[in-house]
Amino acid sequence: METKNFKYVYDRPEALVDKVTHYCPGCGHGIVHKLLAEVIDELGVREKAIIIAPVGCSVLIYDYMNFDGCEASHGRAPAVATGLKRVNPDNVVISYQGDGDLLAIGTAEAVHVANRGENITTIFINNAIYGMTGGQMAPTTMEKQITATTPYGRDPMDVGFPIRGCELLNTLEAPVFIERCSIYDFKNTLKTKKAIKKGIKNQIEGRGYSFIEVLSTCPTNWGMKPQEAANWVKDTMVPYYPLGNFRDN
Amino acid sequence: MHEEIIVAGFGGQGVIMAGKLLCVAAMNEDKYVSHIPSYGAEMRGGTANCSVVISDKEISSPTVPKPSIAIVMNTPSLVKFEPRVKSGGLLIYNSSLIDQKPKRTDITTVGIKANDISEAEGSVRAANMAVIGKLQALKPEIASLDSVIKALDVVISARNRKHNDTNIKVLKKANL
Amino acid sequence: MSEKILMKGNEALGEAAIIAGCRFYFGYPITPQNEVPAYMSRRLPRVGGTFLQAESELAAINMVYGASAAGARVMTSSSSPGISLKQEGLSYIAGAELPCVVVNIMRGGPGLGNIAGSQGDYFQSTRGGGNGDYRQLVLTPATVQEMADLTLLAFDLADEYRIAVLILGDGYLGQISEALTLPKPTGKVFEKPWALTGAKGRKPNKVASLRLVPETSLEELNLVLNEKYKKISAKECRSESYLTEDAEYLLVAYGTSSRICREAVNELREEGIKAGLFRLITAWPFPAEALQIASAKAKKILTVEMSLGQMIEDVKLSVKDPERVDFYGRSGGMLPETDEIKRRIKAYGN
Ligand SMILES: Cc1ncc(C[n+]2csc(CCOP(=O)(O)OP(=O)(O)O)c2C)c(N)n1
Ligand code: SF4
Ligand SMILES: [Mg+2]
Repeated sequence: METKNFKYVYDRPEALVDKVTHYCPGCGHGIVHKLLAEVIDELGVREKAIIIAPVGCSVLIYDYMNFDGCEASHGRAPAVATGLKRVNPDNVVISYQGDGDLLAIGTAEAVHVANRGENITTIFINNAIYGMTGGQMAPTTMEKQITATTPYGRDPMDVGFPIRGCELLNTLEAPVFIERCSIYDFKNTLKTKKAIKKGIKNQIEGRGYSFIEVLSTCPTNWGMKPQEAANWVKDTMVPYYPLGNFRDN
Repeated sequence: MHEEIIVAGFGGQGVIMAGKLLCVAAMNEDKYVSHIPSYGAEMRGGTANCSVVISDKEISSPTVPKPSIAIVMNTPSLVKFEPRVKSGGLLIYNSSLIDQKPKRTDITTVGIKANDISEAEGSVRAANMAVIGKLQALKPEIASLDSVIKALDVVISARNRKHNDTNIKVLKKANL
Repeated sequence: MSEKILMKGNEALGEAAIIAGCRFYFGYPITPQNEVPAYMSRRLPRVGGTFLQAESELAAINMVYGASAAGARVMTSSSSPGISLKQEGLSYIAGAELPCVVVNIMRGGPGLGNIAGSQGDYFQSTRGGGNGDYRQLVLTPATVQEMADLTLLAFDLADEYRIAVLILGDGYLGQISEALTLPKPTGKVFEKPWALTGAKGRKPNKVASLRLVPETSLEELNLVLNEKYKKISAKECRSESYLTEDAEYLLVAYGTSSRICREAVNELREEGIKAGLFRLITAWPFPAEALQIASAKAKKILTVEMSLGQMIEDVKLSVKDPERVDFYGRSGGMLPETDEIKRRIKAYGN
């Protein structure tokens, strides 16, 4: 077939490496990676960007991003980001973290990077579980949700209620942008992309700290099919974790 | 008797459980047993295997670099483990899913249509029982069929025990 | 005869802790020890105990500190990177002389490394990874049965000496299933008059490591600790000598690598080669005297580890004529191979 008259209307972003990811079918990580790569391309900052990988299923994100990348120990990505950014303020530094990474082991770093108003962008993947280690309770695990370490369901009287990251950080003065989005359907995925773009633009303009929470899926550890998992985000997570912008200064 | 066994296949084919079934059956006949599953990131990409040792004597090393018996449930596992089988050893392969024939001539190779046998009994999930039934017929000294059947009640979780009738049927059907 | 059950190492350890009377567990998920917290989360609520998934290993070890100060039998478990985070807490636990059991199911390092079994944390375990002059008891199981039996021992030793006892296993031991005869409770009872239970009818108790005034009192504490460590060194060395009496070639190992060595010894003996195995059961205190006896006739001593050489330093410090000591190890989650051990031993003979 003659193809030379066709023009590309849809292509892999330059910022994304042409590689099959290790994510399970229906996992939200892959979708957010793609959105991030598109944003990096659209803002033309591939050659300035640095991705900081968390410890979690997305630990290999630096292998999928066609720009600089850095490992951090579990929960410490914001501290590593701070170090990188303070040395080279012109770099675009993105700290990508899971819910265990950001709201359990790394809560202190997460709060303090925001409180300092560090000029970086955080993408926070809330999938209500520890994906990588095989489905243990996360700080964001829903009430009554059964996990490997809540075999009788999460009991808030025992282990507390699920933590709302955006609302928590919204008590601080410094952050300039806080938004919660999701990727459970196409419309919301577009909104997620817009939020990520805003967060990175803020950084480029030197405005300060941006935090984008993405309600995501983990079909494997939830024991669901991909579509069921998407529905579960909409029906179970969204009512507890309301979508929307919390701050846009 | 001393057998070093690999059971390998896709995740979800029940290979880890098949290994445990052999262990419990043999243990209840007072043999020494050990079972090491592949775990974590090794499992990503969808393959799983376990290393099982069953012996009359105390087991020193539980690792199985060169199995005397390999049971392979899918083609990638055949490719990976066929070359490792000890000369004179046994290879049982699931010919429902594996098209190619094993190449080795210095080992015994036995094909069994594990999925077909399982499906004929109304479930695709008992293919692992078919290969264990076959192994028991070929190597009865590992454990008696009776012990294997009794072990089902220990190894299968309470939630899935309702399928044990099917499991037993498939075990017996393949036990030739 | 008691029933045998097939059990995973990690779960055997969890059940043994419950048999030992441990009713408090604090931990944070990490592979390859996730079966320990999963097991405790299922079992502890059923026996009136408390399982709590901490927000980090740092938090978990400090919860252990608190529970121990309150007088409870308490345990935490983790794997290498998580154990690194616990080092600060372990130093404080040593200073405050608190009993507890800490499990390290080692994986490959440094850093995030990988999740396969390894023995790369021997230095950290036996030298003390935290600050200050302190020691901790280190037990090194090699079978599922020992994962259980040594857990019971660990709780007794911890209470007897008011010390942290580390159970140093590896990913293979955590994941392996073997026949287990559930151990019986030892029945030992330890009074804890120092525990923080409320100063009702007694003088207030204080649990602390801080010793600012007078300046000499920290040294006093260190001397007291040192006396304790000396006593432990004299009384609590444990090891197993397998076919060592006439051994011309001695293998020294612990945990999973000791099992591979045992196989090599058996096969070498079949070929008429006088090989033997010395296996550590305590890594600290290091069973130096027993090793001297086991190595008396050895022409060569081959230290075998799942690391690139850590325990070998203790072996060299312990034996007469340390130039006899040689090394074979694999790291990063790889296992030493029986054939390679045999090849090396045979090469010594030529
Ligand atoms: C110090 C330390 N503790 C524990 C671990 C094990 N670990 C790896 S990923 C992870 C949790 C990941 O969960 P989350 O952050 O929610 O990411 P997800 O996999 O769900 O994307 C844990 C506990 C580790 N690597 N390091
Ligand atoms: S385990 Fe969950 S979070 Fe991890 S890759 Fe699979 S679906 Fe995604
Ligand atoms: Mg998560």
